[in-house]
Amino acid sequence: MATAVLLRTAVCVTGRFPALAGVDLAVAQGEVVVLEGPNGAGKTSVLRVCAGLLPLSSGEGTVLGCDLRLHAPAVRRRVGMLGHAAALYDDLTVFENVRFAVRAAGGDMAHVDSVLDRLELGGRLRRTPVGRLSAGQRRRVALALLVTRRPELWLLDEPHAGLDTGARAVLGEIVAEAVSGGATVLLASHEPEESWPLADRVVSLVGGRVVGERALRAPECRPPAPEQLRAVPGGVHVA
Amino acid sequence: MWRDTVLVAGKDLRIELRSRVVMHQVVPVGVLVLVLFAFALGPDRAPMAKAAPGLFWVAVLFASVLAVQRSFAVEASDGARDGLRLSGLDPAGVFLGKSAAVAVQLVVLEVVLTAGVVVLYGSHIRSYGSIIVAGLAGTAGLAAAGTLYGALAAGLRVRETLLPFLFLPVAAPVLLAGTRAWQVALGTAGNVGNVGSAGDPWVRLLLVFAAVYLALGVVIFGPLQEAS
Amino acid sequence: MNPTDTEVTPWSPTATWVVRGLGMAAAVAVAATVWLGLWVTPPDQAQHNLVRLVYVHPPIAWVALYLAFGVAAASSVLWLWPRTRSRFWDRLAVSAVEVGTVFTALTLITGSIWGRPTWGVWWAWDARLTSTALLLVLLLGYLAVRRVPADPDSRARRSAVVALVAAVDVPIVHFSVDWWHTLHQGATVLNANLSPTIHGSMAWTLLLGFVAFTLLFAWMLAIRYRIEVLSERLLDSELDVALHERWAEGTGPVAGEPGGALASTGRRA
Repeated sequence: MATAVLLRTAVCVTGRFPALAGVDLAVAQGEVVVLEGPNGAGKTSVLRVCAGLLPLSSGEGTVLGCDLRLHAPAVRRRVGMLGHAAALYDDLTVFENVRFAVRAAGGDMAHVDSVLDRLELGGRLRRTPVGRLSAGQRRRVALALLVTRRPELWLLDEPHAGLDTGARAVLGEIVAEAVSGGATVLLASHEPEESWPLADRVVSLVGGRVVGERALRAPECRPPAPEQLRAVPGGVHVA
Repeated sequence: MWRDTVLVAGKDLRIELRSRVVMHQVVPVGVLVLVLFAFALGPDRAPMAKAAPGLFWVAVLFASVLAVQRSFAVEASDGARDGLRLSGLDPAGVFLGKSAAVAVQLVVLEVVLTAGVVVLYGSHIRSYGSIIVAGLAGTAGLAAAGTLYGALAAGLRVRETLLPFLFLPVAAPVLLAGTRAWQVALGTAGNVGNVGSAGDPWVRLLLVFAAVYLALGVVIFGPLQEAS
Repeated sequence: MNPTDTEVTPWSPTATWVVRGLGMAAAVAVAATVWLGLWVTPPDQAQHNLVRLVYVHPPIAWVALYLAFGVAAASSVLWLWPRTRSRFWDRLAVSAVEVGTVFTALTLITGSIWGRPTWGVWWAWDARLTSTALLLVLLLGYLAVRRVPADPDSRARRSAVVALVAAVDVPIVHFSVDWWHTLHQGATVLNANLSPTIHGSMAWTLLLGFVAFTLLFAWMLAIRYRIEVLSERLLDSELDVALHERWAEGTGPVAGEPGGALASTGRRA
């Protein structure tokens, strides 16, 4: 299986602080990997490096076949990131924000309406300026931006934070669908009950380095159908 | 690149139409600058009329700093500055689109300020042609250089003070040339013969300035954006 | 990432000697210029002893406006160009700008001193002085951007862009201010030429002045470059310390044993 992400002794210095102090990470295409670790461990930094936003100070990094040191901008078109802060334009409506993101990525607008409806952003909310939405709704819009772009690599930073139960369920469905469509998902999460059921593997990060790894299910197994996911509360893996 | 330009310019202008920050805040600041100059130069209209071209362009310069700052503040509403980088848009297109949006806003500002100058300082404009050409060329140059520096300062905490400090010296030639072009148009240029030919070198300078900074921005915006 | 030698001089012994030689040559040349300029050459008819500034002001101006700025702009371009990118150009650029700032300030000061007796004012909006003043502000802008805390790559990027924008601006400023002046002039006192007729020993001294200040610039550039290398080395060693502390996070008591987080949650199911 092709490698989506390959980081070798990646060191990443932001300002004077070494956010990543030598990370080795390999993610195969189609895998779902959860990054976990204490605050400040570097989970967000790993995601940003994979998005091509944070340059490597030393070490190697290849994402979707592109060398991060040489072709970082090329990576960004194929990657979708859901960060802590949602990069939204407050004065534009939900629909306009999504349309801009889709057009910028060169995608087509065909599936936008169905995605918005699924995330409960249809109807009146479609035409509401994003600045007037609640924090949870803004998170949904950010998620919608990600989904409609159909990236090959999904980078989710604490995706469950700020989402209510319904949205969390939808997120699980969306991730499963994306993976069966060939996408790779890397998510950082503090909530094992929500994120582990979606994942193939959990990687532990502490102090800017990978300190442990644990397989939750064999990578060849396709993720279970959404109904089965909801039936396993806080579980570790599905047999 | 051109597709991205149109996309970004459209987005910025739509945001401006909704929020009306430039119309309701930046343009009044420009007019306010004209009024303050009136206070400074005294109740007698003669010195004001004489200085009118320069005052006009000084007001435009200050307002352009604000317009550029607003252009980049829009991108960072949540503290998320990475939106444009992550979008996959061609950096040259982003640069041209943002410059175009800023330029349009500045043109609106200049129309208002021209009216202001005529009304407040009693200037008589003899030749609208050279004013319009000079205004457009100068605006394009200011928008281009401003957008370039705006992007540079955008992520920094000191951006409010750094942007004027960087931008205004670079914009000085526009002030100089624009003022001279206006003086020619107002007929107050002193020992100058024919209006058209004498105003020409200044307009040409403005066009060169605009061309140079647009070209520079297109080439350098990409590498600049990589600075985190 | 970090050079392993701990010597203070960041370059080979040959280079050190070259720099020292440069310094000595500069010192000798400047001293000679001063001696010739102040004592040996004759005073001018019109400007009397004031003309002696001609041995100092034009050379300093040349170094500031063309040499320093040219080096800074060229280094910035070479840094931005991916194929030639190297930290060398970034260091060279900041060195050239800093030394250039000193020379630009000196240009303004000597120009102002020269103009005062002739024009009667400390500052006149002479075309050259105005352009130079603007150049000084542009250089200070570069230094301001340099001070913003950022990783070396970002800082180098921003600085290089500022240098390029300024470099492109300088000729435009020069022409616009020149035109501003020629159009605005009548026969005013400002036209009273600052450039005296130069002949004989004065010409040689002037040439020596150019050479002397060029050498001085080169020497100061090299020294400033060395300072930059040393400060980078200091930052690198601080980074090493920070890296070690970061690694300690992973094995310290707070995080528990490696894999401890996983082991404890694994038991939950």
